[in-house]
Amino acid sequence: MYKYDAIDRQLINQRVDQFRDQVRRWKAGELSDDEFRPLRLQNGLYIQRHAPMFRIAVPYGMLSSDQLRTLGQIAIKYDRGYGHFTTRHNLQLNWPKIEDVPDMMAELAKVEMHAIQTSGNCLRNITTDPFAGVAADEVIDPRPLAEILREWTTFHPEFAFLPRKFKIAISGTREDRAVTWFHDIGLHLQEQNGEVGFRVIVGGGLGRTPIRGQVVREFLPWQHILTYCEAILRVYNRAGRRDNAYKARIKILVQATGIEAFSQQVEAEWAYMKDGPATLTQAEFDRVAAHFGAPDYAKQDEVTLPADQAFAKWVERNTHPHKVPGYAAVTLSLKKHGIAPGDITSEQMAAVADLADQYSFGELRISHEQNIILADVKKSDLHEVWQKAKAAGLATPNIGLLTGIICCPGGDFCDLANAKSIPIANAIQARFDDLDYLFDIGEIDLNISGCMNACGHHHVGHIGVLGVDKNDSEFYQVTLGGRQGNDAKLGKVIGPSFAAEEMPDVVDKIIKVYIENRHADERFLDTLDRIGIDPFKNRVYEGRAHGKAKAAQQEAA
Amino acid sequence: MAQLIKNNSATVDTWQTLQLGEGETPETVALPAGDVIFPLAVWQARKAEIISCHKRIGLLIQPDERVEDIAADLEYFIVIAVNFPKFVDGRGYSTASLLRQRYAYQGELRAVGDVLHDQLFFMQRVGFDSYALKDGKNLVHAIEAGFKPFSDAYQASTSQPQPYFRRRA
Repeated sequence: MYKYDAIDRQLINQRVDQFRDQVRRWKAGELSDDEFRPLRLQNGLYIQRHAPMFRIAVPYGMLSSDQLRTLGQIAIKYDRGYGHFTTRHNLQLNWPKIEDVPDMMAELAKVEMHAIQTSGNCLRNITTDPFAGVAADEVIDPRPLAEILREWTTFHPEFAFLPRKFKIAISGTREDRAVTWFHDIGLHLQEQNGEVGFRVIVGGGLGRTPIRGQVVREFLPWQHILTYCEAILRVYNRAGRRDNAYKARIKILVQATGIEAFSQQVEAEWAYMKDGPATLTQAEFDRVAAHFGAPDYAKQDEVTLPADQAFAKWVERNTHPHKVPGYAAVTLSLKKHGIAPGDITSEQMAAVADLADQYSFGELRISHEQNIILADVKKSDLHEVWQKAKAAGLATPNIGLLTGIICCPGGDFCDLANAKSIPIANAIQARFDDLDYLFDIGEIDLNISGCMNACGHHHVGHIGVLGVDKNDSEFYQVTLGGRQGNDAKLGKVIGPSFAAEEMPDVVDKIIKVYIENRHADERFLDTLDRIGIDPFKNRVYEGRAHGKAKAAQQEAA
Repeated sequence: MAQLIKNNSATVDTWQTLQLGEGETPETVALPAGDVIFPLAVWQARKAEIISCHKRIGLLIQPDERVEDIAADLEYFIVIAVNFPKFVDGRGYSTASLLRQRYAYQGELRAVGDVLHDQLFFMQRVGFDSYALKDGKNLVHAIEAGFKPFSDAYQASTSQPQPYFRRRA
């Protein structure tokens, strides 16, 4: 993976000094709260419900074992011994002290990590496919260009105060695993007539106004990626709305302008920059790409995996095909039933770091589904890895299944949330705790967000759950049919929202309709697409009072 | 009166900025004598008059005003002031980049308005060379530390047209 050189190290060390001075000036009253807010946000520091929250970047999801160990140690020393992985390659600590954050940043800098631009109205962390470099369906490894983009986004002088946050995702596989259709800029690496380039998608996003992105340029040779992004950002920085934070994302501008006119504006801007000094060179690409060379794979004989049923289930769900014969990518599940999805303790971080050292070249990745990937495990080691992962509580075989829920921290922690999300996830996990049943139900994405900001990606869950606030009570709206990938689309709301305690029953009814109607080889989504949402809706709302009847019931109660 | 930083030191500002009072319009406002920074609308409405009676002319650009509209007039201006009504309004950075990089404006480029210590580094990189630091802020510390929190940068910009990757040894 990428190793810092002198300038990378120098910049993050100087960032620590800069933030230390900013905290000092804020404490001394030289910076007002309003003046300090964007500065701390651009260092990942929020003021939350109970305490500050500190969001650490894991650029494009890559971590070394040393880095993960350090994260675990920092969580013990400055927090409560655990952290939370988000859907955008970040680790969040929920209980630090503001005064400690400069020291935490200094410790992170020692292992080439930072919290730069993990929040605020600026260019955010670049995200990609957790199987980058090893996926069997990969066309081009996106990581060198993701690193080049990371450097370009870091302290960009023109785009540090955008109308709103700006997220870029990049994918290099046939099947999109980076939610590129729902980012401010989504990039698909592809080859055309022997030339490598990007399909550039713009104006996607989830949140309050979920919109699928649109293609702004079908093919852009890779050398032009920085100038082209500058052109998009300049158009957005100048024309994006600043009068209303809810309408300030680039997706609103693209909708208002129309993709054709927007594309013309970008092209006109780009014409001035094209082939200028910011055009990438082969030498720079090669310098960065050299950091992402294949590890020293051993030639493997065909292995027969032990015929242990529990192990076989784990292999089925928690391993992913690898482009090198004899290897597999392993997903360590952070979705153990009853635990907040995405949470990991410092002890577990240390255990995962050891697993990475012993079995996967000392590297690991964070997925947007909030799990950890060991990308390069020998198949002959799988049984050992499984046993050790199980001992660490990281081997729940539920990847891609109903209880492998994507979930934001919700109202238990987050200031923005309208409702709690973790207890809903845990209640659904408790209801579907039978592994045989879970496997029988098969592949299904259930995503939960505690508010319309959609950090839990509920819009693209096959079943999406959104926490809403009604008269100071928490309710949950359910959507069906959302999906990520090449055919990414938004789920449809099935009807009025539910109380928290109803949610396991609601999910249960949805699952029963699927099981009763499915054909032999159909996954949940296939059945849903074939029969439509009405049968699900009817079952869920069967016998449920609506409108006047409901009001009368409430009155009686 | 804001404190002006120029060439890394505190400077006395000799310019006055014309402000439209209530009921005044760009067409009717009285044009003061001396070194005046004119709002863009006044410049557009009274260009000939301003040129005939002012040797040293300044221009004030608001975030929503387009550089393109005055690109042909740049030779008239000794100073262009770009207003930041709030420091989180980042449009002025694009205005400055365009003035310097696309339209090759060579005169003084001044950041005015909500200009704070922690934005000076970015402002300098997009091409500002004078800064009207907000009243009440620590001028000495801003001059000492505001411009160089970082000793280099990755991107191409006005102050460094070559991105770092083209300057690697």
